[in-house]
Amino acid sequence: MTLRRRNFLKNSLLPSGGAMIFSLPFRADSQAVPGLPASMQQPGKPFSNYGQPSEYEKTVIRWISANAEVPGNGVSWSPLHELAGTITPNGLHFERHHNGVPEIDPKQHEFVISGLVERPLQFSVMDLLRYPMHSRICFIECGGNSNTSWRTEPVQSAAGYTHGLVSNAEWTGVPVKLLLKEAGVKSEAKWVVAEGADGASLNLSIPLEKLLDDAFIALYQNGERLRPENGYPMRLILPGWEGITQVKWLRQLLLVETPAQSRDETAQYTELMPDGKAQQFSFIMQPKSIITSPSVGMVLPDNPGIYQISGLAWSGFGKVAKVEVSCDGGESWQEASLQTPVLDKAFTRFTIGWQWNGETAILQSRVTDEAGNIQPSREMLVTEKGKHNFFHYNAIISWEVDPSGEIFHVYA
Amino acid sequence: MFMLKAAVLAAVVVNSVLADELYQPMGKIDHELNNAAKWNLTIFPTGKNLPEGSGSVRQGAELFASQCAACHGQNGRGGSAMALTGDVGSLTSEYPEKTVNSFWPYATTLFDYLRRTMPPQAPFSLTADEAYALSAFILAQDGLVPEDGHLSQQNIHQIQMPNQQGFYTQPRDNLQVMQ
Ligand code: HEC
Repeated sequence: MTLRRRNFLKNSLLPSGGAMIFSLPFRADSQAVPGLPASMQQPGKPFSNYGQPSEYEKTVIRWISANAEVPGNGVSWSPLHELAGTITPNGLHFERHHNGVPEIDPKQHEFVISGLVERPLQFSVMDLLRYPMHSRICFIECGGNSNTSWRTEPVQSAAGYTHGLVSNAEWTGVPVKLLLKEAGVKSEAKWVVAEGADGASLNLSIPLEKLLDDAFIALYQNGERLRPENGYPMRLILPGWEGITQVKWLRQLLLVETPAQSRDETAQYTELMPDGKAQQFSFIMQPKSIITSPSVGMVLPDNPGIYQISGLAWSGFGKVAKVEVSCDGGESWQEASLQTPVLDKAFTRFTIGWQWNGETAILQSRVTDEAGNIQPSREMLVTEKGKHNFFHYNAIISWEVDPSGEIFHVYA
Repeated sequence: MFMLKAAVLAAVVVNSVLADELYQPMGKIDHELNNAAKWNLTIFPTGKNLPEGSGSVRQGAELFASQCAACHGQNGRGGSAMALTGDVGSLTSEYPEKTVNSFWPYATTLFDYLRRTMPPQAPFSLTADEAYALSAFILAQDGLVPEDGHLSQQNIHQIQMPNQQGFYTQPRDNLQVMQ
């Protein structure tokens, strides 16, 4: 009672005090202490209900590439080359939509578990919010990430705008196994068709095992409710698995005996092998790493000079065990430092100092995951998977630094 | 389920407790969900969930010209969106082309996909008859349905697609890695 009263008094004093301060004339340079920046000689802007990046960071954006006739079909790449640390800000998480971002009122949204269950169940968003929540930081990577790298000539877009169909966030939601237990899985059930409530009503078959393992239905992304473009009000999270399986705007889990053979598990997201046959169900994302800075399109100011190499590594098989960096096109490798904590199926930031002697240099990184998988060279990948695979490109990425300091994407 | 719910509530009433893994099951049981059309949109290669209806290649040609050709080109080739027809047998060539007819393993997938998202500006606007007719027209471009043929819930799942055997269907990287 007293506390509230005191706060009330304090607050009631603020407006007049504030008005007094704002009425002071602003002088360009302090007489008292010359040379101070303008920001120290005036009050700043007031509060904001939802904070936005600095005016000076306007160029840090997702890069959009969509179909000319269908603006909701395409992708936007995360600007990996502009970001530090491991968490992708929500507004910069990559997007892949097949028919736009739906506007869904959470009060109207229905979610259903049906098919081969003892008790078909229906849930509202409010219902799901009553369950124990579980948080996990993990990457999501589109199966089509880096797909221009299958081309015979390396593209020169910025690192994120070629390889940024991958992002990393803390997702919070309800373990699917709790809901499946409630529904009672019948013994014939082997697969689950997940379906979205968007204009593509995207449907995809997922082995039941994964849903009974670490899958969850996310309601929150980096602490706030999901962004519409990331599946608001709910999406599936399958740690380490291909992005397409982590169905956004989730409306249903249908338990069945055999896969649906939907368009996105047959026509798309399958890997065409050199023998002309295509691999379906390539769920787990292979180990991959990329030097995000310095990277293609950047210019090194001093020649010679010392620079900090920084990059990201991840694997759908588990934790990153080590990242090695080469500045001579793979002749020799040095182990980089890993930022801790190193998390399972999540981005790991690696760093290493580099003394550039000023001559042409080829920078590369190579990750090894805890299961012992090593990121392959481009030559190895193409030999194994052919030139027309189109999906799941995870080869070593090479940046060539010219004596001028300019950096190019090369195949090495 | 009912018993579980009752047990949880009873615990709350008799003796207030705190415990890990304690939660109220919230799902509403509804056996009708397994019959309702809106919760059975996925069409399976066996033909399961195919709605009643039929459509001919000829009807499909008209629909395709008015609703699809603007993006996919006449006869399903040469538009701004991907080619749907032709290139059968190209998958082992220097320039493999993945069209519906050259690549897709099941015709039921075509019906499923058209109904849920084509044309993109009006998903679920095609009637079952129209979706059968359009499927028939697309498949007929490469002789998979005769020019005077039609498709329906009786026969679309019986079509043998040229590339049906063209897939490795075992999940790769084996799931045991996860355990
Ligand atoms: C406004 C342009 C547009 C119209 C009109 C349109 N489509 Fe499409 N179609 C697309 C785009 C873009 C895609 C790719 C969608 C994606 O990748 O998610 C596509 C994909 C497809 C595919 C899948 C192709 C593949 O290999 O994966 C089929 C089949 C298809 N359309 C059939 C049709 C039919 C039949 C119609 C007419 C009822 C139609 N489309 C009308 C733009 C269009």
